[in-house]
Amino acid sequence: MGDYIYKHQGTGRDLQKDMLGDWFDRLSAAPAKGEPVAYLFISGNIAELLTQFGFHLVYPEVTALQCGIKKTAGQYILKAEELGYSSDVCGYVKNDIGLLHSGNASPMGTLPPPSLLVCNYSGCRTYVKWFEALAEFYKAPLVMLDVPYKREDMLDPGDVQYVVGQLHELVELCERMTGKKFDMDRFRSDLTETALAEDYWVKILNSSRLVPSPFDAYFEAVFFMAPLYVLRGHPDCLKYYKAAWGEIEERIEHGIGPVAEERFRVVVEGPPPWPHFRSFWEMFKKWGVVAVASTYSKVGGLYDQGVRHDPARPFESMAEYCIDCYTNWNLGLRRDLMRRYCEDFHADGMVIHSVKSCRSFSVGQADTREVFSKEYHIPTLFLESDLADPRYFSAAQLRNRIDAFFEGLEHRKLVGAPHAGVTP
Amino acid sequence: MSLNKIVAECTEWFTDPDFTRLRALRDGSPPMRMIGLFPVYTPEEVVMATGLLPVHLYGGGTMVEIDHADSRLQSFVCSISRTTFELGLTNRLDAFEGMLFPSICDVSRNMSGLWRRNFPGRVAEFIHFPENLTSAHSVPYLKHELKRLEEVLSKVSGKKPTDADYHRVFDLLNRHRRAMDEIYAARAAAPWNVPLVEAYPILRAGGMMPREQHLPMMEEALATWRARQNKAQDRIRVIVEGSFCEQPSVELLQTIEEAGCYVLNDDLLLGQRWFTEPLPLEGDPLEALARHIMEHCVPSAVHHPGPLGRGAALVQKARAVHADGVLFCMAKFCEPALYDYALLKRAVEAENIPHLAFEFEEKMGTFESARTQLETFVESILLFS
Repeated sequence: MGDYIYKHQGTGRDLQKDMLGDWFDRLSAAPAKGEPVAYLFISGNIAELLTQFGFHLVYPEVTALQCGIKKTAGQYILKAEELGYSSDVCGYVKNDIGLLHSGNASPMGTLPPPSLLVCNYSGCRTYVKWFEALAEFYKAPLVMLDVPYKREDMLDPGDVQYVVGQLHELVELCERMTGKKFDMDRFRSDLTETALAEDYWVKILNSSRLVPSPFDAYFEAVFFMAPLYVLRGHPDCLKYYKAAWGEIEERIEHGIGPVAEERFRVVVEGPPPWPHFRSFWEMFKKWGVVAVASTYSKVGGLYDQGVRHDPARPFESMAEYCIDCYTNWNLGLRRDLMRRYCEDFHADGMVIHSVKSCRSFSVGQADTREVFSKEYHIPTLFLESDLADPRYFSAAQLRNRIDAFFEGLEHRKLVGAPHAGVTP
Repeated sequence: MSLNKIVAECTEWFTDPDFTRLRALRDGSPPMRMIGLFPVYTPEEVVMATGLLPVHLYGGGTMVEIDHADSRLQSFVCSISRTTFELGLTNRLDAFEGMLFPSICDVSRNMSGLWRRNFPGRVAEFIHFPENLTSAHSVPYLKHELKRLEEVLSKVSGKKPTDADYHRVFDLLNRHRRAMDEIYAARAAAPWNVPLVEAYPILRAGGMMPREQHLPMMEEALATWRARQNKAQDRIRVIVEGSFCEQPSVELLQTIEEAGCYVLNDDLLLGQRWFTEPLPLEGDPLEALARHIMEHCVPSAVHHPGPLGRGAALVQKARAVHADGVLFCMAKFCEPALYDYALLKRAVEAENIPHLAFEFEEKMGTFESARTQLETFVESILLFS
């Protein structure tokens, strides 16, 4: 890239690293300061509602993925299995339980115990079992924020009102716990910043429509999305997205992309294999592959589909956001979204990464492959490993499948086949 | 009808992969239309009130080979989901108007989507049960959800149920559930007279056939069991936990008993025995049903238990029947059971209740490994406890 001639390159990755480091520093210091800590999940999280009561926020999924990427997940998973957890359940859960029983010293810093567990289970029933376990191990109060599944194509007003009602009840609980009064002005102000950050994020995601793409909407997006997932309700969040958009603008201006020469554009479905993230990416990079859209980058909110926090409708928009997270969508909605991505982002094919840990993602993916290959005539690569458990990553097998797929796509290009999504 | 004949007839209901008896009902006069229920509990009250027969489906068991479903569901997905899907893909469920999937796990949830795509034109509904036990909004929300289901099913049957329809159904299901409870009570009191291998087929068929037809069969069987004077054998007293969704085969249940266990209580077919209290027979029926689901359902791995967790309830369940031990008999890949096991194990260990854990698959064909584990467990209690 020749970074030295550019002002902003590397900002997206480096700044989020710094900000996440600061976040963990704040978390580690919270117990000594007597400040409350809430645990919650990424999908449909209600950060702005909790931060105004002074809660520091811990996201156990983020801890788990960081353990994965820093290659410490294996030991914690084994620890949890010693405690009775099966080899067939989610590696994130086992990582977290194993870490807890190993002193909670994560590679990012020491995790504070929760003052409150908020189980906002949007799109994943395993969250319920996960937080039931944490409630028992930490002896901490557990609040279920019950988010109904988006069963039909449109939002059900009854579902939204149900979540809104629970949010108001949670506010009352936080007031009782912290002795602080809920501040609607601050809530609206925080949501205004969040919405602006969401606008920037959508601009970044949509930059991948350009050919060649300046941004990898999977392998880079998983880092770029982090502040929007964990720093909402903190000034760093908007600051980050302004800076990250600066990097993308500069890439567009100078024709910089995530690979030296873009040869293939793909849409990716499913989470990455965190313990082998780099080597997995390299398997694609060597073919000049750019992920132009991904579903994993939407688990924390489908902002590119119009979802926004709205200070004019603070509780309603937060409830809608909770429901409109990717894995909380029914399979038909997910399938239509992937197809639109293939068409709108001029993809050459689909890559489905099926992970054993996450049935919420994976059940239905094999059927999706059938539809994409046989009905939509979109070349589709189906890969299997895991998001957390390093034992399920078979590098040679994955490489063979990836190589074979892109060899096939190369041939398809040579004979002049159309882009994916364009039915021949 | 003799007990043997009742057991044999009931066994036929759930071991026939072509559902011949259900097809006969559908082709009868008047024809009976039916809806398949994926475990664990699905509001069968609403299905019946709309004039349809709710049929508890527990997968294909050993009846079907998985030929088609394997290309659509990965190998790490529980067997019951794959065999249920296989039954659908091989047209064995074409007598059904559709399927209902409750919010028990992510697999059940996504199965509703698979069903919609692969069986267009048929009902495929996902029912969301609230998990927020303390919210004032949970019961009104669930009522809204039940009303939605009623509207979907009414379109199928053409029948809009009245309050009286609901109360008639509640009454029938109250009596049906009471009879099941009485069978469990008889077994807990004298398990040597009520072997699980006899009771289970009768109870399981009760989730398939019209309940009014099944009720007298249970009553007749119960009278026979109560009249028996079998002699107690030197066995240990256990409860079985973890088989609330995918069902172990009758052969595995037989293995448990033959290995030297009296099964005093269990969570088999749990959705058919979902309530701890009878449903009220007055007032707004959907509101009453919603409140009942939230406040009077049995503890299970598929419903958030509240701040006390499930451990205390399991210990109480074991103590209530003076169990010597707990058998965690869990379906392979069943996430709710496997997650709960780690916590329940701690709870029973804290109370010094011996336990044994093993996994099964509905298609399991050999039981020697399970038998060896069970015999060792039994001996360890008989000899050293």
